This record gives sequence, structure tokens and C-alpha cells, in this order.
Amino acid sequence: MAAHSAVFSASRIINPLWGRHLGNAVKVFGTTLTSHRNKTLHVPPPAKYGGRHTVTLIPGDGIGPELLSHVREVFRFSCVPVDFEVVHVDSALEAEDDIENAITAIRRNGVALKGNIETKHTMPPSVKSRNNLLRTSLDLYANVMHCQSLPGVQTRHKNIDILIIRENTEGEYSSLEHESVSGVVECLKIITRSNSLRIAEYAFQLAREKGRRKVTAVHKANIMKLGDGLFLQCCREVASGYPDITFDSMIVDNTTMQLVSKPQQFDVMVMPNLYGNVVSNVCAGLVGGPGLVPGANYGRDYAVFETATRNTGKSVAGKNIANPTAMLLASCMMLDHLKLYSYANLIRNAVLTTMNETGLHTADLGGRGTTSEVVQSIMRVIQSKGQFTADI
Amino acid sequence: MWRSTFSLQASRGVAALKNELLQSRSFIRGMKTVTLIPGDGIGPEISEAVMKIFQVAEVPVEWEERNVTAIQGPGGKWMIPSDAKESMDKTKLGLKGPLKTPIAAGHPSMNLLLRKTFDLYANVRPCVSLEGYDTPYTDVNLVTIRENTEGEYSGIEHVIVDGVVQSIKLITEQASQRIAEYAFEYAKNNQRTSVTAVHKANIMRMSDGLFLRKCREAAEKHKDIKFTEMYLDTVCLNMVQDPSQFDVLVMPNLYGDILSDLCAGLIGGLGVTPSGNIGAQGVAIFESVHGTAPDIAGKDLANPTALLLSAIMMLRHMGLHKHAQKIETACFNTIQDKTVLTKDLGGKAKCSEFTKEICQRVRDLE
Repeated sequence: MAAHSAVFSASRIINPLWGRHLGNAVKVFGTTLTSHRNKTLHVPPPAKYGGRHTVTLIPGDGIGPELLSHVREVFRFSCVPVDFEVVHVDSALEAEDDIENAITAIRRNGVALKGNIETKHTMPPSVKSRNNLLRTSLDLYANVMHCQSLPGVQTRHKNIDILIIRENTEGEYSSLEHESVSGVVECLKIITRSNSLRIAEYAFQLAREKGRRKVTAVHKANIMKLGDGLFLQCCREVASGYPDITFDSMIVDNTTMQLVSKPQQFDVMVMPNLYGNVVSNVCAGLVGGPGLVPGANYGRDYAVFETATRNTGKSVAGKNIANPTAMLLASCMMLDHLKLYSYANLIRNAVLTTMNETGLHTADLGGRGTTSEVVQSIMRVIQSKGQFTADI
Repeated sequence: MWRSTFSLQASRGVAALKNELLQSRSFIRGMKTVTLIPGDGIGPEISEAVMKIFQVAEVPVEWEERNVTAIQGPGGKWMIPSDAKESMDKTKLGLKGPLKTPIAAGHPSMNLLLRKTFDLYANVRPCVSLEGYDTPYTDVNLVTIRENTEGEYSGIEHVIVDGVVQSIKLITEQASQRIAEYAFEYAKNNQRTSVTAVHKANIMRMSDGLFLRKCREAAEKHKDIKFTEMYLDTVCLNMVQDPSQFDVLVMPNLYGDILSDLCAGLIGGLGVTPSGNIGAQGVAIFESVHGTAPDIAGKDLANPTALLLSAIMMLRHMGLHKHAQKIETACFNTIQDKTVLTKDLGGKAKCSEFTKEICQRVRDLE
């Protein structure tokens, strides 16, 4: 904790002298440096008092607020012992106070559930993406997404089961840009050995835990020889320590081609930040769209859950047609993280039953159900399981 | 061999005449000259197939064949052979087969050399679903226009300290403006209704922000064409769910690389995807983007579709729309008929049989 605040105050001192760019560099490298020193420090216990957990809730923009209110509705109905601390982040403000408050709240509680915060183009380029700021400040280095074909959803490809692990803090998303000459902009992509080793280690550990057989590293090392070359080398080093898991690598453009023709060949995929963005969105599209897949961002000390494709969904906001599945499944992942497994399974089964068996689909899946109808159906399934529930 | 001495002498004679008369693309007896680079592996056989089809369709094109290998010029700088460069400068049009990229040969890839020599700034890939070659996506009809000179592929990388590597992505106003202008021009010349700029300006605020600004400026000058902008991840998400919503896509280098291959995958792979590279000073090189396939080279098993579709793109670029339409219809009908198909398209025919079938259909369409 103290180390993190030291990094922040250091960057604030440096900022007026050297401008935001070096300050950002301190933040990017700083969290890496301090995380090594923190290894021996005591990890704070989860925010649990009287058997109830406290979780930070960031509604965000677009469909975020309505989906998260549905999550709260379902949780209240199922008597889940989780209380939400709501923190609003206004994307129209230039100051970073809102997001700083949110980050502090997440540090306090350890776990968060969030909607996507919009990045307005009308703001000057010095206003960075709030979502990115949150991920880098909390060092949420692994973004995990599990894409699975659901039997009740019609898609062009069947039997997809891919686990995507994406490096979440560096790479192309370092937000280090400058215009050295007028009309020429340089953007830096940073790849570090320690972060690449960390994400590769995470990927192989997770693969082993879930009983997966193959890990594929996605890269573009034929063009970015040093950067992606380093990433690939780190993956190979870690792979040598897991002889039970097959490791291979694939160039990103070939990967996308293979994904749209034969996605069943992939098992676990690990990759740097930008390719992760592309591949995760392609996979989400293959299994049925942005409304179905939950995503999780894990750091050493914190975990933040959201929808996998991180859309604000402005075009469907406020119309009661958004698909609540992704956010509800993300909240189940959060319950798993809090070790409330029975509640997680209860809600997850209810969601999947509604999706696959009753066939009640929202507009994005070609159905005509509204969000509230789907949520009501889920709550009916939960009630029918005979658990203790609150009044509807 | 495939190069008859008669046509070689004829092209040499034509070239000599041209050198005396005009410097730019010239019309001698109504014929246009095009530089042909057969390439390696299956390159020569598919080039021959295309030449044969063009002959049957009576296309007014004369081929000037050149080979492209990397040679070291004065000062140790790698370049393409001077006769190839001269030919291209004169004809301004090229058709290229696959070139092999040697590993650890000490010189950069041939594609990169060609790109630098002729300042090929735009890579254009029309992706249209082929009837008869079934993929899960049946309604694809889009064009990806990719900036080909800068962006993430600037090749500027440094090791800052041991274990930290920095790659630089370069976006310039000039290159962004050039590619945006080209995208709208292409849309206008090919009866396309909308152009979508693909970017990640929420994260890369300044670099993609600059690219986006230039696209918006070009859109102002072409009000008759609809302009939209979309995040890269949204495009990927929507592309695999409903590719019919996209028309022309314009984007910087890396996104273009990934998206153009994604779209090629939607229609069936690199074996059926045409590609064109547009350069400064009116140079255009059309190529097949698949590999050299050394395992089937020389066995008459190759599929010439990609090179043929690229040659058809070239005909349209030259303004020979009638010939282009004729050959394209013959090719599509052959694939749709499914009786004579090469192995990669799911059939059992040889390359020469496939070519002969297309030639027959061209004759029937006369």
C-alpha cells in the first residue's frame, strides 16, 4: 500500500517538471518495480465483516448502470452476502479525482464489478482512458476470458472452448505518445521481460489448473523482432517448466484467419495487449456476441470483473434490450473469487438455463425478450431451486 | 519453357520503340505493357495460367517479364535489379506472383524492398464471397485499404535496459492524409457507398487521433460518400457476426494487416484473395498474397485464382472493365459449377485443366 502511494507521489512531483509523459512512464515501470518489493509484505485480508463481503461497484456509462442494477436485483433476491459500495466516475470531467476515488475504493475492498467508462473524443489527448488508468494503477496484469459455445445460441461455428489470457498493463496500451515534430506522432509500445514472464506463468498455471492441454502464444515477432520476440522468448522459457502442456506459437494475422475458419483448434491462448483486444473480440463474436461473455482482470492483490468486450453499448442504453448475461456471469466469476461457490453456481445455472432451455433471448441474439423479462426468468429459476429467497 | 522467344523478341522491340517515343505508359498498336514478376515456387505456373487466359480473352496487354532478387548496390544498400526497376518505372503496372522470404539471408524481404522502392503506400484487398466455395460466411463484400508504409511496422525498436523493449509506432500527417484521400477516391471510382475508419483512438489518443482527424478531413471533401468511424475491437466483433454491414475500411498498418487477413479468412483464405498495392507517381503492383507452396511447385496442382483475381483488379485499374468482367464471370462460373476445381478448392483437377475450363468459358462468353 505504502509503496504504491510512494509511486503516485513521486509521479506527481516529477509531473510539473517533465510533463505527463515521464510521469506516466514512472507509473508504468513504477508498479512493476514496487510489486517486486511488495512480495514479502502481507496481503490485506478481504473486506469481510459479519460474514458479508463489500465489493466496489462502478456503474460506468451506457448500459453499465442498468445491467449492474439488475445484478444487484438478482443478488438481493438470492440473498447473496455481498454489499456494494457504489462509486461513480464521470467520463465528461478532465480531472482524475473520480477515477482516483474509484481506485482507492477498490484498494479498500479488494474486489470490484464495473461497467465500461467512456473515453470521449472531444477531450484533449492528455485525458487518458479511465479504464486503462484503473487497470495499470491496480496492476491488473491478467485479463482472462473464457469463450464457450452455448447450446442455446445459434452461431456459425460450434464446439468452441477457448481460454484467452491477455497481458493487461503494457504493450501498445502504455499511453506514451508525443509529437516531436509537428505532424509526426510517435507512440511507444513497451514490452518488458518481467511482465511477459508473469503473464506466461499465469497462463500456464491456469491451463494446468483447468486441465488444458495446449497453450498458443500469439505474436507478430516476424515484424516486431525485439518486442514480440522478447514476449515469445519469455513464453518459451515458462513453457519449458510445464512439460505436460504443449506450447506453440502463431502469428496474429494467421491466428485471426484460423479463428474464422477452424476455431476448434485453439485451447488456451496467451498474448500481449493489442492482439488480445483483437482476438478476444473475434472469439466473442464467434460464440454469439458481446452480450454473452464475461471477463475478469486479475492482479496480485485485486480483481475487477466486467463484460469481456468492454463495450459501453450506447446505442442500446436505456431501451431495456441489452443482454444481461455477460454482466451476470461476470458477477458469478466474482462470487467464485470471493469463495461463495454455492451462490455462484446457483446464479450461473439459472442464467444458462434461461439461455439454453427456455429460449428467452434478447435482441442481440435474434430474440424479442427485454432485459427485465430475462432477469425475471432467471429469478424464477433461482426460486424454483428451493433456496431461501427474498420477496420479488 | 513458358516464355516463347517470339513474345520475348516482340516485347524487346516494343520496349525499344517506347523508349524512343514516350516515357510513361504507352499505347503501341493499342497494347499496354505490364511488368510481370512470376515469383518463386508455384509463381511461374500460375503466371502462365493467367497469361493464357488473358490471351484467350484477347486482352490488349503485353507482358514484360522480370525477375526480382535482392542485389547489393554501391554502398552495401540492398535493392532490386535495375532492369526490373526500369521496367516498372516505364510501365507503372506490375503483376507479381509469390516471392519467397529467405530466413537469415542478410537482406530484408523482397516485398519490403518493392514497397520501399516504389513507395507503395496503399494495400487494397477486396474480399468478396465466392459462390461455390462455401465458407460459413456467405455475404461478404468489402474492401480493406491499409496504410502500408508507417504505423507499427516502422521497424524502429530499442532495448532501453536489459529486459525492457520499446517499439515505436509512427503516424504522420502526410501519410494519413494520403491514405484517407485514396480511400475516398477508391470508393468513388468503384461505386462504393461508405468508408469506415478503423482506429483505437480511445487508447492511442494522439497517434490514432491524428489518423482519424485526417480521415474526417478527407470525408469533408467527399460528402457523397458516407463516413463512419469504429473502434478496432468493435469492427472485429461485428465482422465475425455480420460482415455484410461493412463496405470500405481504411486503417493504419497493423490493424490493416490483421483485418485484411481476417477478411481473407472469411471468404476462404489467401488462395482466393486478390490484392493490389498503389504507390506514389501512379505505380500499381497487383499480387497474390499466398505463399510459394514449394511442396506442390512444378506439379501442376496450384490454384491460380488469387493471381487471376489480382490481374482482374489490375484490368479495372487500367479501365479495361469489359475484359475484366468477362474473365471474372468465367472464373466465378467455373468455381460455382464445382465440376473442375483444384485440390485446395475441394476438387481433383489439375491447374492446367482449371485454366482450360476458364478459357473455354471465356470463349463461350464472346
